Amino acid sequence: MKRAQFSSPLLPYFLLAPQLAIIFIFFYWPSAQAIQSSFYIEDPFGFGATFVGLENYTTVLGSSEYLRIAQFTLVFTLIVTFLSLSIALVLAVKADAVLTGASTYRSLLMWVYAIAPPVAGLMGIMFFDQHIGPLVDLAALFGWDMRVGVNYYDTAFAMVVIAVWKQIPYNFIFFLSGLQAIPKHLREAAAIDCRSELRRFWTVTLPMLAPTAFFLLIINMTYALFDTFGIIDVVTRNEPANNPLTLVYKVYLDGFRSNDLGGSSAQSVILMIVVLVLTMAQFRFIERRVHYG
Amino acid sequence: MSFRTIVAGAVAAAALVSLSAPAFAATQISWWHGMGGRNGEIINELATKFNAAQSACALTPVSKGTYEEALASGIAAFRSGQQPNILQVFDAGAATIINAKGATVAAEDLIREAGYPFKAEDFIQGVRYFYADKAGKFVGMPFNSSAPIMYFNTDALKKAGVEAPKTWEEFEAIAPKLKAAGYIPLVQSHLPWEMVENFHSRNNLPFANNNNGFDGAEGAKLTVNSPEQRKMFEKLVEWKQADLFGFYGAGWNENQKPFEEGKVALWIGSSGSFGGLQKTATMPFGATFLPYWEGIKGAGTNSFIGGAALFAMAGKPAAENKCTADFFQFLTSPEIQYWYHKTSGYVPVTSAAYELAKKDGYYTATPAAEVGIQQLMLPAGEWSKGYRLGFYPQIRDVMNREFGKVFAGEVKVEDAFKTIEEEANQILARFAKTAG
Repeated sequence: MKRAQFSSPLLPYFLLAPQLAIIFIFFYWPSAQAIQSSFYIEDPFGFGATFVGLENYTTVLGSSEYLRIAQFTLVFTLIVTFLSLSIALVLAVKADAVLTGASTYRSLLMWVYAIAPPVAGLMGIMFFDQHIGPLVDLAALFGWDMRVGVNYYDTAFAMVVIAVWKQIPYNFIFFLSGLQAIPKHLREAAAIDCRSELRRFWTVTLPMLAPTAFFLLIINMTYALFDTFGIIDVVTRNEPANNPLTLVYKVYLDGFRSNDLGGSSAQSVILMIVVLVLTMAQFRFIERRVHYG
Repeated sequence: MSFRTIVAGAVAAAALVSLSAPAFAATQISWWHGMGGRNGEIINELATKFNAAQSACALTPVSKGTYEEALASGIAAFRSGQQPNILQVFDAGAATIINAKGATVAAEDLIREAGYPFKAEDFIQGVRYFYADKAGKFVGMPFNSSAPIMYFNTDALKKAGVEAPKTWEEFEAIAPKLKAAGYIPLVQSHLPWEMVENFHSRNNLPFANNNNGFDGAEGAKLTVNSPEQRKMFEKLVEWKQADLFGFYGAGWNENQKPFEEGKVALWIGSSGSFGGLQKTATMPFGATFLPYWEGIKGAGTNSFIGGAALFAMAGKPAAENKCTADFFQFLTSPEIQYWYHKTSGYVPVTSAAYELAKKDGYYTATPAAEVGIQQLMLPAGEWSKGYRLGFYPQIRDVMNREFGKVFAGEVKVEDAFKTIEEEANQILARFAKTAG
């Protein structure tokens, strides 16, 4: 690797300073605050705080409701990640094979991505509305009395559908460009060697797509864990009740709706640890198998 | 200096003068609230009225989203020294702000310091205690006050040949007829508020120890797991199974909608829903009191104030506090109270405003508008004044969660109330520690 040379030893630090300042102010400092307040039970207005040691953590981890939410978050993340990746991959492979009118197809598949998340959420809940939702009417034709906001599983179903729908175009864009980056000679050589299209996909196309897929896996898991917040918020309509919730949404509820800063901070520290472990695991175990060509 | 620079300078100076002129004249005060839709517009109209009525103060209302979001924004702003002059806090958040001594200036003190007289007796019975401290001093200024009342679909009652029920026993008797007439007999919009909190005040039952929490946070415990409360919910479950009660989840509007569409005979909503219903209801409707149980001894007492109050935040200069007091004074004048009552449907908080509305013949024309205030003015019972419990929004969420499970058939009423008490008491114990 080539070494960059600076005339003054202070210059690189000076150039790094803006970036470091942003990371410090918007990431490390709030994290440190969260860790600190997770050991206190605090008056919301900041008048008094009682040091309680690990009580916030034991309360949270000992609550059956928190564990139920954690369980849902895990299942939700896995389903959303799997569905949005696999559907996008199928669409990308098919769109890549289209010869006439290719750009029209591609644009049509991509433009959902331009919809802002709250708008997507609102459109989603219109479709699933108990009183006027067309998807509810559709489900009724099959004898399914769909009650989003009343029935836990129906609500979860609606959340998954909206979250997946919103994420497919993003994955599609990356998969499609990944596919188009696979050298033509490689595909042609493979086509000569093997007649089965499906087999060529598993043995040649997919390994070549692995870097893209790995990147998308991390992005999609983060999306399902954190960025679905807006969808959860519009689907539950400000009333968590017995609806399915994700861990991030619970942090918000306890901190901002219930003004319980200690409990909320403890939960966000737990989430930080989860993300840390998850990221380390992904890089350690999955990235090793990714071939960067 | 070129001609162009001189002109530009003159224009800029003129603009500056014209912009800053009102700022010199009037003291600016801010008001953060949690109301949207029509009710949010009415707040803007109210501020315009206040600003037009005098020139010393200029009030700017800012919507912060929902009630919960307004409280959270107010708290965050207070912690960074950026609090507004006035913060609207809803009923469930009352304990949080009243217990934070030093966050607010008591409305009563503020008004007296500004040189106005203040008498608690001027306010109607049901609103006097909820936002006051233990000694009865008004900490918050009651603003949009509501009571849970029962609206009825006039056509439905006529078709079934029945009268609106006064008690739950009467409801049970007429519900099958309403069902036979093709209606969903009963729907409600807020189980914790209508079927738990106000259930306790209408039936005069203790809601929490420590005098419903008014005597202090230390050792406060919810006492909702009573045979009477369980019976209310066992009945609701029974009615739901018999298609006599419709349940559309914890959302307010999802439950109100079928009533507006004329599919429901009786809907328990807020007296503050009246203004909106007049626009959205597709059929003639009326209103009556929230029913109680005839079988419970001493039942039929008044319900306590719902909605929200205005709090004067601490740490503001005297001139601004004077303006806040001026605004509170303006707000509680009979004319403004009556105007607000008529446009929004919220009940007037002073007796003088109520008298004015009566004298003006408002209730002869629209009797349903009087139901809320009449219910708040019913004779009080020992336990009908509401509650003062910290982290209460969290407790409401626990209730809604368990009730959702009850109606989904996942848990029994008995177990739900056991869980509610257990979790609520943990939450209350945590709140007691915040004061430490």
